[in-house]
Amino acid sequence: MSNITFKLNHEEVSVELNPSMRLLDALRDHFHLTGPKEGCGEGECGACSVLVNGKLVNSCCFPLANVQGKEVLTIEGYSKTERYHVLVEAFAHEGGSQCGICTPGMLIAAESLLTKNNHPTDEEIRIGISGNLCRCTGYNAIIKAIQRAIKQGAGLW
Amino acid sequence: MKDLTRSTPKVDHEEKCSGKSVFVSDIHLEGMLFAKTVRSTVAKAKITGISLPVLPKGYTIVDHKDVIKENVVNMIFSDWPVFATDHVNYIGEPIMLIVGPDKKVLDDLVPQIKIDYELEKPEFGYFHSSIHKEYTKGDTKLAFFNSDRIIEETFETGYQEQAYIEPQGMIAYPEGPKKVTLIGSMQCPYYIKNAVMRTLGYSEDQVRVIQPSVGGAFGGKEEFPSTTACQLATAVVKIGRPIKMIFEREEDMLVTTKRHPSKITLRAAIDENHKIQAIKAHVSMDGGAYLGLSGVVLARAMIAVSASYTIPHLDVSGDVYTTNTVPTGAFRGFGAPQMIFAIEMFMHHIAKELHADPFTFRLAHLAKQGDLTSTGGVFRDPIIMKELIQKAAEISDYHKKVVAYRKPGSFKGVGMSWFFHGCGFTGDGESSHIKARVKLVKDEQDHVFVLIAAVDMGQGAKTSLKRIVAQTLDLPNEQVTFNNPDTDQILDSGPTVASRTTMIVGGLLQRAAESLKKAWIPGKKIEIIEKYQQPDYIRWNEATMKGDAYPAYSWGVNVVEVEVSPITYQVKVKGVWSVYDVGKAIDERMVLGQADGGITQGIAYGYLEVMRHEEGKIKQKNFTDYIIPTSVDVPVYQTVLYENPFPFGPNGAKGVGELTLVGGAPAVALAIEQAIGKKINKIPATPEFIMGLLKHE
Repeated sequence: MSNITFKLNHEEVSVELNPSMRLLDALRDHFHLTGPKEGCGEGECGACSVLVNGKLVNSCCFPLANVQGKEVLTIEGYSKTERYHVLVEAFAHEGGSQCGICTPGMLIAAESLLTKNNHPTDEEIRIGISGNLCRCTGYNAIIKAIQRAIKQGAGLW
Repeated sequence: MKDLTRSTPKVDHEEKCSGKSVFVSDIHLEGMLFAKTVRSTVAKAKITGISLPVLPKGYTIVDHKDVIKENVVNMIFSDWPVFATDHVNYIGEPIMLIVGPDKKVLDDLVPQIKIDYELEKPEFGYFHSSIHKEYTKGDTKLAFFNSDRIIEETFETGYQEQAYIEPQGMIAYPEGPKKVTLIGSMQCPYYIKNAVMRTLGYSEDQVRVIQPSVGGAFGGKEEFPSTTACQLATAVVKIGRPIKMIFEREEDMLVTTKRHPSKITLRAAIDENHKIQAIKAHVSMDGGAYLGLSGVVLARAMIAVSASYTIPHLDVSGDVYTTNTVPTGAFRGFGAPQMIFAIEMFMHHIAKELHADPFTFRLAHLAKQGDLTSTGGVFRDPIIMKELIQKAAEISDYHKKVVAYRKPGSFKGVGMSWFFHGCGFTGDGESSHIKARVKLVKDEQDHVFVLIAAVDMGQGAKTSLKRIVAQTLDLPNEQVTFNNPDTDQILDSGPTVASRTTMIVGGLLQRAAESLKKAWIPGKKIEIIEKYQQPDYIRWNEATMKGDAYPAYSWGVNVVEVEVSPITYQVKVKGVWSVYDVGKAIDERMVLGQADGGITQGIAYGYLEVMRHEEGKIKQKNFTDYIIPTSVDVPVYQTVLYENPFPFGPNGAKGVGELTLVGGAPAVALAIEQAIGKKINKIPATPEFIMGLLKHE
């Protein structure tokens, strides 16, 4: 057990937990943040995506110790932002979400992409979300939704 | 009625985006324990002994001895045990659960449980038939006798994994002393309820099934969740506490049902005018260790034999073979993808053999309204395939590309598949087996509740079915509630399978809403129940497989363009164009969403998704080695919907979900075939497979 202090969705938190615990388990079991999902447990599907200091990570492969002193943003925190609402609106318009298990992770990946590059090409969008598997949509609607969000949310990213 | 084709946002869109949707893994109950399954590590053996470690306090074993009534999982064919007794028949077969408070301790305990086996010789391949079916149309013998030419080919398909992103999961808990409640990722609440009732010997009011959000299913959550439900319900009876079991991805890939591998032989009798007069067909399917619903999968494959063509004489037989491998089961398409692949390749290959233009040759065989179906039923409704084909050719520039890519060494190809899908259960399944009922309740506040068992697993059933009710009643959507099914509140409207939900359940809801509208008295509680009635014109003989196999058919055309690397033989899908007749769409955007997802799975089945077993052990364990398409693997899709309203469907709607998958594999395989100039008789057409074909020059 060690004390780990970090910022979670903009609030400072401090926990006594096993530092080798997966960040995903800490978020879900300890903080009851169930937006990040476990789809594969091996960093392949991206359903557990969160941002650590703005960087996209698979929280299923990320030890809790590594968030010490950092900022973690999950979908629960992100969903309070204007950018999120622009993305959600665009996803609704294009039909970018079906079963919804990949959607929170997909939105986090889109946010990560757009903060780095607010005018991505089609190819850059595809690469940006290529670590997030979706079995329902065939990705076309998601790509269109991100393109739409870029237009609708001009200036936000 | 207002136009239901217009798109509206999905009712659960925001909660799914924000992560507020509750999936089974997100549920925690007070005092909840966890379960892990101890599984067979061998393909076939007698269990001669079991040695358990000393279990820490609070940890319990649950096995076949704890099953209080019947050690069988209720399915169409009930041959799966809840837990193995003295024999195991596949690697991964559940022998016992170990239940306790700490998941990590469970993980440590499982490998300490030693099972002694007396090994027996496992069976693999197409040898031991457990189900045989056959039917005929016309006089095949005479047609072969009179034929000018006979061509025969064999086609093979592999496993396909549903690969829903949410793994299987189930929670069971005691609700009072003699009632068990189950919450799980599922498509069919009543399959689970009936299975648990049978295993426990419980009555209707002693088993309750609740559906939370479901993270994708594709058939993989049709019959399989009944197995985990029966195991957990047995554990709950023994232990008396809530128990949760969530599969890890590896466990999910190794032990859950998959698409049946198949081997299909087609033999055609062709006359001097280049018309196929007869086809003799045999379908072999690998059912794995237990049959479950394999017989129905086989039937759908066999009935799809002539697909979108009319062949006057047919002699079709099929077998499900029992092997010592993981049981195969439901997967979107349900036997049709195997057969549509075979017949589409076969038609193309025959044309080539005859030095005929494949497009013209296929067109000459296309089914028309009034023709007899494969099983001697009638295509009653208008068939607009010619328009669909023309449109698909036009938007994809098919005819030009076929010529342009013909030159050797282009390593480019374009393929076009034509197909149909029978909507709803095969044969008289709806009237003899499912007997769907729906219920609408209007309360004193004039709010309407839709009380049915249909599961929204992402396809948007909650949105579309609610709209059918609201619009029939001329009410705003907010005045209608459709919650996730809870069997204590609803009626059994049947399983969420077989592309039946919109057409059958939606049709029943529309009728119920019309009755409610007539009976409407403001401020008074009114309850309406509507039952499925088979249309009078449907005639089906299950024993001879003759008659109308389906009440309606949806139709489609896919065009796929590929480039094959001449160095690595990697296939790159460059373009996908689809045209569908699904009657009249309910919520066009959702139909297009189904189309995108279906074609993605269908194409990947043809060239990308590889799963195989070695001596009964599945070799793929995760998304690292079972590759499904990512965002960089799919091109831009173009899809067009044609309206051809089905008179008995709500808003004119027919089935959608499966249709969009079944044409993908032959379209991509035909494209690859053109790119490499070699016949493809087996999928998936991986780079290794393509290399093999090209090396045998």
